[in-house]
Amino acid sequence: MELSGAKILVESLKREGVEYIFGLNGGAAMPIFDALYGETGVKLIPMRHEQGCSHAADGYARATGNVGVALATSGPGATNLVTGIATAYMDSIPMVAITGQVFTHYIGSDAFQECDVIGVTRPICKHSYLIQSSDEVADVVAEAFHIAKTGKPGPVIIDIAKDIQMHETLFRYPETVNIRSYKPQVDGDPGLVSQAAALIKNAKRPIIYAGGGVVLANASEELRQLTLKTGIPITVTLMGLGAFPETHPLAMEMPGMHGSCCANYAFTDADLVIAVGARFDDRVTGDLSKFAPNAKKIHIDIDPSCIGKNVPIDVPIVGDAKNVLTALNKQVSTANIDPWRAQIQEWKQKYPFEYEQKSDKVMPQYVIEQIYEHYSDAIVVGDVGQHQMWAAQYFKFTEPRQWLNSGGLGTMGFSLPAAIGAQLGCPDKTVVNINGDGSYIMTIQELVPAITLKLPLKIFIINNMYLGMVRQWQELFHGKRYSAVDYHDNPDFALLAQAFGATGIRVEHTEDVRPALQKAKGITDGPVVIDFIVDEEENVFPMVPAGAGLGDVVRGLS
Amino acid sequence: MNPEERHIFSVLVENRFGVLARVAGLFSGRGFNIDSLNVAETHDKSISQITLVTHGDAQIIEQIYQHLNRLIDVIEVTDLSTGTHVERELVLIKIGAKPHERAEILQVAEVFRARVVDVTTTSLALEITGDEGKLKAAIEVFDSYGILELARTGKIAMMRGFDS
Repeated sequence: MELSGAKILVESLKREGVEYIFGLNGGAAMPIFDALYGETGVKLIPMRHEQGCSHAADGYARATGNVGVALATSGPGATNLVTGIATAYMDSIPMVAITGQVFTHYIGSDAFQECDVIGVTRPICKHSYLIQSSDEVADVVAEAFHIAKTGKPGPVIIDIAKDIQMHETLFRYPETVNIRSYKPQVDGDPGLVSQAAALIKNAKRPIIYAGGGVVLANASEELRQLTLKTGIPITVTLMGLGAFPETHPLAMEMPGMHGSCCANYAFTDADLVIAVGARFDDRVTGDLSKFAPNAKKIHIDIDPSCIGKNVPIDVPIVGDAKNVLTALNKQVSTANIDPWRAQIQEWKQKYPFEYEQKSDKVMPQYVIEQIYEHYSDAIVVGDVGQHQMWAAQYFKFTEPRQWLNSGGLGTMGFSLPAAIGAQLGCPDKTVVNINGDGSYIMTIQELVPAITLKLPLKIFIINNMYLGMVRQWQELFHGKRYSAVDYHDNPDFALLAQAFGATGIRVEHTEDVRPALQKAKGITDGPVVIDFIVDEEENVFPMVPAGAGLGDVVRGLS
Repeated sequence: MNPEERHIFSVLVENRFGVLARVAGLFSGRGFNIDSLNVAETHDKSISQITLVTHGDAQIIEQIYQHLNRLIDVIEVTDLSTGTHVERELVLIKIGAKPHERAEILQVAEVFRARVVDVTTTSLALEITGDEGKLKAAIEVFDSYGILELARTGKIAMMRGFDS
């Protein structure tokens, strides 16, 4: 049967089990949108800005583990996707981004809305395809999905010219994909796994350091087995939160710049670090010369280029976290480390995350605590900034894929569109969006599709009228010179939500926090926006200052 | 700072457009240097061979190796510097040569086993093959006569012997 390239594209996406395509129409993508018109096998979700398309596809992928799909036109449509593609790349999120392109014979002529999207996205995607014939479409889609979701996942770009979208050819979908140059190593080397088991057996002060790779590999169960079987204390990074329940006695909570003192002291004193799906990011390690100076290091990662990149590794194990942990779990037993566990418990009790009621204003940490109390089972989509750190500190995540945030790129504006993707992917879950006043207004336009789709999103703005994290750094390191961070001129977000057609609530007093959260629970036919006006100059602590070691964590301003 | 070493990578890639840009982009985006680069089709038309000379400390070289391997279109990466290998480069040199200078230049050319590929009344073009040291010496000597134009292929290399 002969079909147009656009039809073949849509049929191919259906073969890949795609539920939703987050798209924004435009000239060079019109045949694809036409092929999606009235289509029931895959649902088109129109967004209001292409950045919203890529973040929504990303949020869908993070919440479900499936490949998210974004669609935009050429030129500005494609460049607007870029921030979302880079966000997904930094956090290894499986995504396929499809961009229309000008007619083949116009490519390279600076045609209207022409942009070399393959060139622009080269360093921020796992792979990319410029389709040169409608005969290639089905094979390219099959390869793109295979590459996006296997090995270390990541975004793949498919750029397809308008004439190729229109040209008809035979549709035949490949049954299997075999790329000779792409064979990710999933099983760990058995000898190295045994070496790791031996180190674990002999360690006196071991810790497990788990990251987002555990979530991506769906290896939380295996991680829990390793932790519970050995009784080794565990710290889970910002990207991995929920992979191990934060409520468990062995959980030391998040490490790093705004992590727990316990986790940071544990790194500094440990004699063995077992890293799983974590990449020794600078926000975790602090000054590398002071990072875990006495510890042997085991590193389990699917990406060989991540191992030894920042920190020398004693036992490097390349493989899928699920496979490697399964093999490792067979060789470990209870660790004889009672004094070390007692030390960890002492740190945990002595240095919990804590804050003071400094003014009569609502404290942001209190809002997060109350959100946790009201929505402990929800999927929480955080944005980037102080509220993100407070959410990571004060919300106790217990399940993988419960906490979604842009950890690597730190993209403000990520969370509202990502929450839309997460809610569509998980219709039975409550989705809470914890946002900041700075980040919310960056992608506020995506409130429109959330309302149109009647998504019961709980959008909670921690509004301190500042670009808070930058203001905190200006306070601490720039002599309070608050350059370009004053957001007092923002609109009233509750009124604005009402203007969009959503429920909008403004909370200015501590006693109103709980009733507002309770009220939001009852609103199920669309989004509710609560604008929490919080203490303006509260800072995020603990804090490891840039360039300091983890052991030099500052607990607060005295 | 760890000592910098020169390494030659042989990279087999899919013979598709855009692959070279991916390889080169990997270097430019990370601030790694390419000292020499050669790309050509192999006897299998679907595969191209990239020979790449670079330098850096052990950690950078390891990163280059891993990142090359990470590219989807890269089939195989070999660091030839880890074993004994043969290395060659071809250079074309055009020298300003008046008729009375020719004999002397040709004598020097003989020493470097250079071949004459073009002669005009005012110039002489030579082809020289060799490893880095020989070419460096030859270029220095010919420069004393005045090099008008110089083109080189970039290095190509392969392991000695046969390793299945």
